[in-house]
Amino acid sequence: MNNELSAIEKTVLTDYKYGFVTEIEVDEAPPGLNEDTIRFISAKKNEPEWMLEWRLKAYNHWLKMQEPNWANIKYDPINYQDIKYYSAPKQKKKVNSLDEIDPELRKTFEKLGISLDEQKRLSGVAIDAVIDSVSIGTTFKEQLAELGIIFCSISEAIQEHPELVKKYIGSVVPITDNYFSALNSAVFSDGSFCYIPKGVRCPMELSTYFRINAEGTGQFERTLLIADEGSYVSYLEGCTAPIRDENQLHAAVVELIAHENAEIKYSTVQNWYPGDKDGKGGIYNFVTKRGICQGAHAKISWTQVETGSSITWKYPSVILKGDYSVGEFYSVAVTNNHQQADTGTKMMHLGKNTRSRIVSKGISAGVSNNSYRGLVHVGKNAANARNFSQCDSLLLGDKCGAHTFPYIEVKNNTAVVEHEATTSKIGEDQIFYCNQRGIDTETAVALIINGFAKEVMNQLPMEFAVEAQKLLAISLEGSVG
Amino acid sequence: MLSIHNLHASIDEKRILKGINLEIKPGEVHAIMGPNGSGKSTLASVLAGREDYTVTDGSVTFNGKDLLELSPEERAGEGLFLAFQYPVEIPGLSTTNFIKTAVNEVRKYRGEEALDAVAFLKLMKEKMAMTNIDQTLLSRSLNEGFSGGEKKRNEVFQMAMLQPKLAILDETDSGLDIDAIRIVANGVNKLRSKDNAVLLVTHYQRLLDYIVPDVIHVLYNGQIVKSGPKELALELEERGYDFIKEQFKAEA
Ligand SMILES: Nc1ncnc2c1ncn2[C@@H]1O[C@H](COP(=O)(O)OP(=O)(O)OP(=O)(O)O)[C@@H](O)[C@H]1O
Ligand SMILES: [Mg+2]
Repeated sequence: MNNELSAIEKTVLTDYKYGFVTEIEVDEAPPGLNEDTIRFISAKKNEPEWMLEWRLKAYNHWLKMQEPNWANIKYDPINYQDIKYYSAPKQKKKVNSLDEIDPELRKTFEKLGISLDEQKRLSGVAIDAVIDSVSIGTTFKEQLAELGIIFCSISEAIQEHPELVKKYIGSVVPITDNYFSALNSAVFSDGSFCYIPKGVRCPMELSTYFRINAEGTGQFERTLLIADEGSYVSYLEGCTAPIRDENQLHAAVVELIAHENAEIKYSTVQNWYPGDKDGKGGIYNFVTKRGICQGAHAKISWTQVETGSSITWKYPSVILKGDYSVGEFYSVAVTNNHQQADTGTKMMHLGKNTRSRIVSKGISAGVSNNSYRGLVHVGKNAANARNFSQCDSLLLGDKCGAHTFPYIEVKNNTAVVEHEATTSKIGEDQIFYCNQRGIDTETAVALIINGFAKEVMNQLPMEFAVEAQKLLAISLEGSVG
Repeated sequence: MLSIHNLHASIDEKRILKGINLEIKPGEVHAIMGPNGSGKSTLASVLAGREDYTVTDGSVTFNGKDLLELSPEERAGEGLFLAFQYPVEIPGLSTTNFIKTAVNEVRKYRGEEALDAVAFLKLMKEKMAMTNIDQTLLSRSLNEGFSGGEKKRNEVFQMAMLQPKLAILDETDSGLDIDAIRIVANGVNKLRSKDNAVLLVTHYQRLLDYIVPDVIHVLYNGQIVKSGPKELALELEERGYDFIKEQFKAEA
């Protein structure tokens, strides 16, 4: 067997460019997890009693649970006692405006290409920036507040809007749902909160940037997004982390609630550190994302571009409860080197005339493994439910793997469920054709994968589509030569 | 412009080109004919820089440069264009976007500034009219689902867009209807100037009615065994390749 990298493989081996560490003082909890850790976090955040109790309940439930092992991924056991569950950049005082943010932190976000002020203000994107365990600031708050839109960190929401948080938190992803969501419910430190009132169309993109900075910490953020009747919001999250030899755990929970006639578009550009080319280090990204179309004609659309993490385990799902509600899932997942991804979606058709559409594009290079796992469930009352799934895999080289695991459960015979899958390879002949036209191999690969992923990229908000395209190209640089 | 000396090339240890000698001067059109499997496409691929082939002997210079030292994209930058016998499909990549990237990459290689959208569109319109290509084709994914003839037309359109110094057309006439052959020929003839050259690989004398070559070569078993004026094509059409094969055996 020829062990030399094929021409195609050489282009994927580039360095992760977000791998710097910011030197800032932190306020953190010692490693380890017990009731005291949870009390510590809750006290740090000055939480009301009900929140602490909710966390403790989750913790006690988690203790009784088993870590899942059904996904097509392999990793060494995680020692949950070695992780620090709280780490916050020390801010001298509470910041009232973004101008008061620690300059080091500000620089961090600038290096990430995220300017917390002018630049984004011009392009009309409101940003919440979360570093390690806490939100360091949210832009555009006042303007949004005029429309009755609440966009803030979840910690702040617990203080300022406890009735909303209490009503919705855990309503889509119950604390008992799965191992990682139970853990998150016990120890979540921050995240974003968003509420769009009835009939309001959010006039700008809302976005959160998550950054893991401190060593030995886990990041457990919690995002809660509620679109009241007839409202609309488009939300984007971006994620990066420094280069470290150790694996770091990221176990987030995202809950979306779309009421009657409301629409939520949720986009993710995930670029956590993927580990080095030998598979050392990188983020374990174990995330539970779920939305519910609560009322009739509600719509939830997940779009994700997943290029980072050493392991990704995530299935953004939609519960289609309202009649005529719509769920969509558009995904591009790139794995390179030793990365592993097991990702897909669940579409739970409960209401009548519900529709869902799944478009999954997996790109594998190096010795990586990329699995699509999707469930389409049609309940017995979901008359005329429709689903269409398209799962395409693109392979670069012949040492990587692509797998598709579609599960279909149909309990109503008026439902129509369609599934299509293809696997293709970037061919030397495609590369040569581009080369012959003057296009070098790296550019050729970028053109080919962007072509492959186009249907998904088209779903991204304009402001981010270009960034995401570059990201795809960067994460595959060196895989073709 | 192009001089090939004693070129030998093989693939997977199999010898395919066995000592090609060919000299093409600016302004000339050369045609290469020859039976299936004789090495015509191999020659085109080796000139374009396909890595699957190993050059075991010989040399090629192109406008004074050692062609074999250059990467395929550098050769394109130097002005070498190959219209593929079997153009490749790239799903999802718009044909226009592909051609725009190609044009600008070649310009970059030559130290020229990239064409902006307006200038590119202008160039496109001009070449579309010249090659009579359907606009809808250009907004579709590159060659995906194109008919055989549409793929060939797209090759000719790309050639017109890139304005190469040396265009190698590998059976671009195969699979084209009669009107399309005229269009291809027209495109090639318009490209023809005292500074440009064309190497045509074809099986049919019909194309040569429209593009009159300066020389015709017969490639057989990896060598050019016969060269002659355009009348040679007529003779081949009439007599087939048998007489060449006989002659070749007799000499061997
Ligand atoms: N990868 C390969 N392995 C082995 N033999 C090959 C390979 N590629 C090409 N050949 C052989 O090389 C010879 C020359 O092929 P080439 O495609 O150059 O012929 P051609 O003259 O263009 O033929 P046609 O008129 O049919 O297009 C053929 O015998 C072909 O089978
Ligand atoms: Mg051929």
